[in-house]
Amino acid sequence: MNAASLLDVQDLAVGFGAAMAVHGVSFRIDPGETLALVGESGCGKSVTAFAIMRLLPPTARIHRGRIMFAGTDLVSAPPRALRDIRGKRMSLIQQEPMTSLNPVLTVGAQIAEVIRRHETLSRAATQRRVLELLDLVGIPDPRHRAAEFPHHFSGGMRQRVMIAMAVACHPELIIADEPTTALDVTIQAQVLDLLDGLRRQFGMAVLLITHDFGVVAQWADRVAVMYAGRIVEQAPTRPFFVRPRHPYARGLLGAAVGEAETHYTTQRLDEIPGSVASAAGEPGCPFAPRCPEMISACRDAPPPLAEVGPARQVACIVEAARIEAEHVAAVG
Amino acid sequence: MAGVIQARDVVAIAALRATVRPGNRLLRAAARNPTFLIGMLILLAVVLVATTAPWMFPGDPQDMAGPPTLWPGEDATFPLGTDSLGRDVAAGLAYGARVSLLVGVSAAAIGLAIGTLVGALGGYFGGWLDNVLVRVTELFQTVPTFLLVIVIVAIGQPSAQVIALAIGVASWPTVARLVRAQFRSLRVADFVTAARSLGYGPMRIVFREILPNAMAPIIVTTSVMVANAILTEAGLSFLNLGDPNLVSWGSMIGDGRALLRTAWFLTALPGTAIALTVLALNLVGDGLNDILNPRSGLV
Repeated sequence: MNAASLLDVQDLAVGFGAAMAVHGVSFRIDPGETLALVGESGCGKSVTAFAIMRLLPPTARIHRGRIMFAGTDLVSAPPRALRDIRGKRMSLIQQEPMTSLNPVLTVGAQIAEVIRRHETLSRAATQRRVLELLDLVGIPDPRHRAAEFPHHFSGGMRQRVMIAMAVACHPELIIADEPTTALDVTIQAQVLDLLDGLRRQFGMAVLLITHDFGVVAQWADRVAVMYAGRIVEQAPTRPFFVRPRHPYARGLLGAAVGEAETHYTTQRLDEIPGSVASAAGEPGCPFAPRCPEMISACRDAPPPLAEVGPARQVACIVEAARIEAEHVAAVG
Repeated sequence: MAGVIQARDVVAIAALRATVRPGNRLLRAAARNPTFLIGMLILLAVVLVATTAPWMFPGDPQDMAGPPTLWPGEDATFPLGTDSLGRDVAAGLAYGARVSLLVGVSAAAIGLAIGTLVGALGGYFGGWLDNVLVRVTELFQTVPTFLLVIVIVAIGQPSAQVIALAIGVASWPTVARLVRAQFRSLRVADFVTAARSLGYGPMRIVFREILPNAMAPIIVTTSVMVANAILTEAGLSFLNLGDPNLVSWGSMIGDGRALLRTAWFLTALPGTAIALTVLALNLVGDGLNDILNPRSGLV
C-alpha cells in the first residue's frame, strides 16, 4: 500500500528439493513498524526469515519471488552486496542465545568485530561503542563484562549481547526469529521490552517471528498468520484479536488459554483437529482438511489472499463471501 | 542452617569460577594432568639437550674423536662410549636430537598447514570443491606414507629440508580429514549462522570463527604428527637415505646394526632416545586431549 515500504516480499517460494516449504508469500514492512509472523512449527516462518537474510541452507532454493529491501532485490543481489547489507542494514537475532555466540572470543571482541566490519572507527572509539552498546542492552558493569567469555553469561544476558551485536550498526530492519523461545517467561518480557525500546529509539523495523499470541498482542503492530507455507491472514494487531477472520486463526486463538472463567482444569481447551501434515498434497486450501467451515469449492484451488478491509487480507473463500455479505447488508 | 551456608558457598564458588580466565583454567588443568606433565618433562629434556649440543659438544659429531667401540663408562671423556669409527655417541645423540626435533617439527608444520587449508576449504565450502579435495586426499592416502617420502627424497636432495618437506607432504591427509570433519559440523553451528548474518565474509568466518573452535583436536594431532615425523626420519636415516652430513638417531642405529651382538649399546642408546621422545610426544598428545576436551570434565 505504501510506496516507501522498507521490505517488500513478493510471491516468495522456497523449496527443499521437491518439497516446497514456502508457497508464494507476500508481505510488506514499513520503516519503524513491527510485523509479527505467526504460525506453528514447520509452517515456513523461519524459512521465510532466512530467505530474506539469504542465509538458507545449501539444500534450499528460492524458486520464485522478489525480496525488495530499500530498493535492492535481495534474491538477485550478488554475495558481496548481501554481506554489506547483513549486520549493517538488516540483522538477525536467532532463537538459541546459548549457541549463537562464538565460545572462544570475548563478548566485547565479538561486538567490536561487527563494528569494525561495517564501519571505520579507531580502536578506542570502537571500544567506547562496545561499552555503550552493552550498557544500552542493560548489561551491568560493561567494562568488566566485555572482557568475559560467553559461558560466563546466562541465557537472557547472552540474548542481550546478541541484540547489542544486531543493533551495533543501527540497522533499518531486525529479523528476530523466536528470540525468546529459549528463555523463561520473565526474561522473555524483559528481552522483548528491550528490543521494542531499541526499535523506537533507532526507528528500526522488526520482523518478529513467533508462535506465541501473547507476544504478538503485546509487541506487534501487524500480524501475518502463516499456515503450511502460505500467509492465510494479515491484519493490524488490534482488529485481528477483536475478530480473527481466517478459520485457522480463529482456531489458534480459540486454542489459547483465555481470560474467560473457564479453566483448563475444569474444561478442555478447544483444539484444531488433525495436523499440519494433512496439508500435504492438498490441491485446494491447505487448511481445508482440518477446517470446520469447509465447502466443496475449498478443495479446488488455494484461495487467494483477498483484501477484506483496511490493511487486512484473508485467504478464505468462505470468509471473503461472508465479509462481502456483511458489507452489502451494512451499506444496504 | 547448614543448607543456607552451603547455598551461599555454592554461589561464592560459582562467582570465583566466573572470574577465572580460560588461560588460567587450562594451565591449572595441565598442572593436574600427570600424563601431560611427564610427557612435557621428557620433551623439555630433549629440547634442552638439542639446544645446548654445540656448547656441550663443541666440534663436529662426525669426527673421529677417540678409539673405536669404547663402552659407556670405559673412558670419562666419552661417557656413552664411541662407535666403530671412534665417534662420540653422546655427541651424536645430542646432535641427533636437533635433527629429529627440527625435522619432526617442520614436517608437522608443513603437514598441518596443507592439511588445515585443504580440510578447512573442503569442509566449509562443500560442493564440487570438497569433492575434488576429498579425492585428492584419498589419492594421497592410498600411497604408503613411507614410500612417498622415499620417492620425494630420491627426486630431490637428501637434505634435512627436503626430508621435512617430504614427510610434511606425505602426512597432511590425516589432518585434512580431521579438519574437514570439524568444519563440516561447525559450519552449521548457530554462531556461524550469526557470523554470516552479521555480514562476515567466508575467509573471516573460516579463520576467525571456525578455526579457533576446531583447534583442540588439531593441537592434539600435531604432537602425534611430530612423533610420526621423527619415526619416519629415523627410518629414512636407518636406510641411509637421510642427510649424509648430519648425525641422526636413525643413522646411528643403522651404523650400529653391524655390531649389534658385540656393541649393542650403539643401537640401544639412539633407539631409547627415539622411543622416549616419541613416547613423550604421545603422552603430551594424550594429556592435551584430556585438557582441551570439553567432555573430559575439566573444562
